[in-house]
Amino acid sequence: MSVGAPRGLASSGQKPITEILHPLSAAEETLSSGPDVTVNVGGDQESGLTNGTPVETSSPASASLLFNRLQLDDDSEADARDPYASTETRDLFVTVDDPKKHVSTMETYITYRVSTKTTRIEFDLPEYCVRRRYQDFDWLRIKLEDSQPTHLIPPLPEKFVMKGVVDRFSEEFVETRMKALDKFLKRVADHPVLSFNPHLNAFLSAKDLNKRQGLALLTKVGESVKHVAGGYKLRARPPEFCAMGEYLDTFTQKLGTIDRIAQRILKEQSEYLTELREYGTVYSSWAGSEEELRRPLEGVAGCVTTCCGALEDMSENMSQDFLPVLREYVLYIESMKNVLRKRDQSQAEYEGRLEAAILRKQEDRTPMPVEVEKCQDKVECFNADLKADWERWQSNKRQDFKQLLTGMADKNINHYEKCQAAWESLITLLQEKQTEDKTSETN
Amino acid sequence: MIMADSGSSEEVAVIGNTDITSTESENNIINTMVEKGTALLRKLEINVAEAEKRTGKNTVNMQETYTVYLIEIRPAETVPEGGTPAAPDTLWRRYSEFELLRTYLLVTYPYVIVPPLPEKRAEFVWHKLSADNLDPDFVERRRVGLENFLLRVASHPVLSNDKIFFLFLTEEKGWREAVLETGFQDKADSRLKSLSAMFRVKNPDKRFTALKQYSDELNTVISQLLRVRARVADRLYGVYKVHGNYGRVFSEWSAIEKEMGDGLQSAGHHMDTYAASIDDILEEEEHYADELKEYLFYTDAVRSVCRKHELIQYELEMAAQDLAHKKQQKEELATGTVRIFSLKGMTSKLFGQESQEQRESRLAALEQSIQEGEHAVKEKNAECQEFVRTAWEDIEHFKEQKDKDLREALIGYAIMQISMCKKGIQVWSNAKECFNKM
Repeated sequence: MSVGAPRGLASSGQKPITEILHPLSAAEETLSSGPDVTVNVGGDQESGLTNGTPVETSSPASASLLFNRLQLDDDSEADARDPYASTETRDLFVTVDDPKKHVSTMETYITYRVSTKTTRIEFDLPEYCVRRRYQDFDWLRIKLEDSQPTHLIPPLPEKFVMKGVVDRFSEEFVETRMKALDKFLKRVADHPVLSFNPHLNAFLSAKDLNKRQGLALLTKVGESVKHVAGGYKLRARPPEFCAMGEYLDTFTQKLGTIDRIAQRILKEQSEYLTELREYGTVYSSWAGSEEELRRPLEGVAGCVTTCCGALEDMSENMSQDFLPVLREYVLYIESMKNVLRKRDQSQAEYEGRLEAAILRKQEDRTPMPVEVEKCQDKVECFNADLKADWERWQSNKRQDFKQLLTGMADKNINHYEKCQAAWESLITLLQEKQTEDKTSETN
Repeated sequence: MIMADSGSSEEVAVIGNTDITSTESENNIINTMVEKGTALLRKLEINVAEAEKRTGKNTVNMQETYTVYLIEIRPAETVPEGGTPAAPDTLWRRYSEFELLRTYLLVTYPYVIVPPLPEKRAEFVWHKLSADNLDPDFVERRRVGLENFLLRVASHPVLSNDKIFFLFLTEEKGWREAVLETGFQDKADSRLKSLSAMFRVKNPDKRFTALKQYSDELNTVISQLLRVRARVADRLYGVYKVHGNYGRVFSEWSAIEKEMGDGLQSAGHHMDTYAASIDDILEEEEHYADELKEYLFYTDAVRSVCRKHELIQYELEMAAQDLAHKKQQKEELATGTVRIFSLKGMTSKLFGQESQEQRESRLAALEQSIQEGEHAVKEKNAECQEFVRTAWEDIEHFKEQKDKDLREALIGYAIMQISMCKKGIQVWSNAKECFNKM
């Protein structure tokens, strides 16, 4: 039994801290909390195991095998489970807000306040408040990707922005980026495995992040790790992963189309707005040469102006809230595709080694090497993690898009309500005058 | 409507009214015309009921396609319970006959602001609207415009009594001859010549000057409004139609989703509905544009009246000037002094004095001329005063009508906007429900 490099165990749903058993408790290793712990504390298995039975973890592989079996049985429960229903059992809350500009001799950058509230024992304090910049989020993400290669890491907003094209310090840009960083951190904090990662702990609590090694170096290391299993050809990808790949490809396409449509609508609305403004001014200027009709015409001009304002608000909202979320999902899909690719590679590696080992066994009767077993473990672990993450991702995606689209509907409804109110008050005004005239006539 | 003092009863009345359609608002304008009532309208109900395409040979013996409009006349008495309304008298007229009628009215009643005809060719068009004269939507709007024209004439205190107008409504054949028999063409020709001539009035009537200026301003601003409105319509069309793309992509997306599929698919249908709704919305708005156009063309009629007044004023000034000149001549002849240069005077100076006899005959001729001149000035003065009186009566009547009609039009426009907002809220609420089911 070797623990070796920290590996994520099979992931599960959210569990209250008291019910989570340490998977290595059978081996009687002491728990230590804090940023230097290299052992990952994993969540427990499905709800079926909460009767307190300690898990046999002589080898992490068997744990995940067990999990696989359970996964199939508990599928029906998984459907009924709503990932957001268990807010009472959540024990880690994070928020990103309060952007501030920092000017130093070398550079100018923005930091954000990262606030944490938690009851987890892995944290020394129940509350933390630190300031982090984008670089730090990037560091965290790379660390997570490297230490949890079988899991889907949520995406960050775009790293590079073209200087001169986008104003990195404009209110809108900072606001949009901050919302995306907040979303990223919340997704990580809600993940049953990732949220226990020591790098996250460090990110949330340490005064100074120890990032001695340059980011560039880390990135390169990350890349090389990805390619180490290269050179093996995949025989047969299991159909469920094929389906995932196809789904992601089509979904990316559709998101791209929706993005284009949304942008086109914004453009058309902007041109409409320009004409509408001029339209309003013509009514105003007409009012100037009339007597009886002056107030009605000014009224119409006023309504048109109100509608212009309402349209402007809606367009701004869509631009700031709708489009960035769409784009973020495209990045999320890219991450997911990467994970699928990594899974393919680890399967290919396993198959390659297995084949080689079988041939050697046939030749000189050497037993199955440990590397092959490790590969098998890795693949099975990967598959299990991926499937669980996929379900979670699908569920989150459903919620996110539900929210996004109902938000879009609400903005449109709101816009029309404002316009309707303006025109209705004008009619009141005009019809009032009419009845005034009529009564003065009859008097 | 009796106005109570409390504001709440007012609100109740108003909320009910915001549900009336623009067609109803249009009918309000027509009803006001009928209410005010002329003798003619008390007797007859006038409709332009249909339009039909005809082909025939024109004056140069070429095949042409044109549209004819069916005019229906009914006696304006209430139908007894259970009784059937009397069958209408009908006849067909084409646009050029309407034009002939209007020209006749313009010449015969120069002091009246004659109601305008709907436009001959479609102008201020936004791109999806056809500019083709034979397009059914254009023909339909023209039908409405022609009916409006007839009702305006029939409700005018002066024009409604005209015989030729009555014959237009009742005599299909032989009407053309009857119009030409009135000899209005000759008057038209001479008027046309003098109207195009350049002349300047010494003492312009301030009221008419102000009216002409207002009419020009109104013409400019309505033209501008119609132009911008067409551009606004174009853009709005674009916004709505692009949303139709959401329908397609949601449908495609729903194919790869399990739980989200149904919600997305239905939402997509609503997006299609939204995109399609703009066609009716903009078609209805054309009625508003037509109401504005009527007053745009009215400004031409107003301008024409001002111009005719100027002409009469000018003729009066010319006649007065001519008379003064003659009187001066007589004075000189009588006293022997030459203050005014005349050829006769010069030649007599050069070639010797004329005889007493010659002088006396010249004096007599001048006296005659002066009397004629005085008579002419008196007549012209009376004509001018009468013109000013009748014209101004009509102008006041027009101003009132314009204020009322345009306010109705603005109310109608506001109602259209509210209806559009309500439709928008409905569709997006439906879509939201579908999104919630995702």
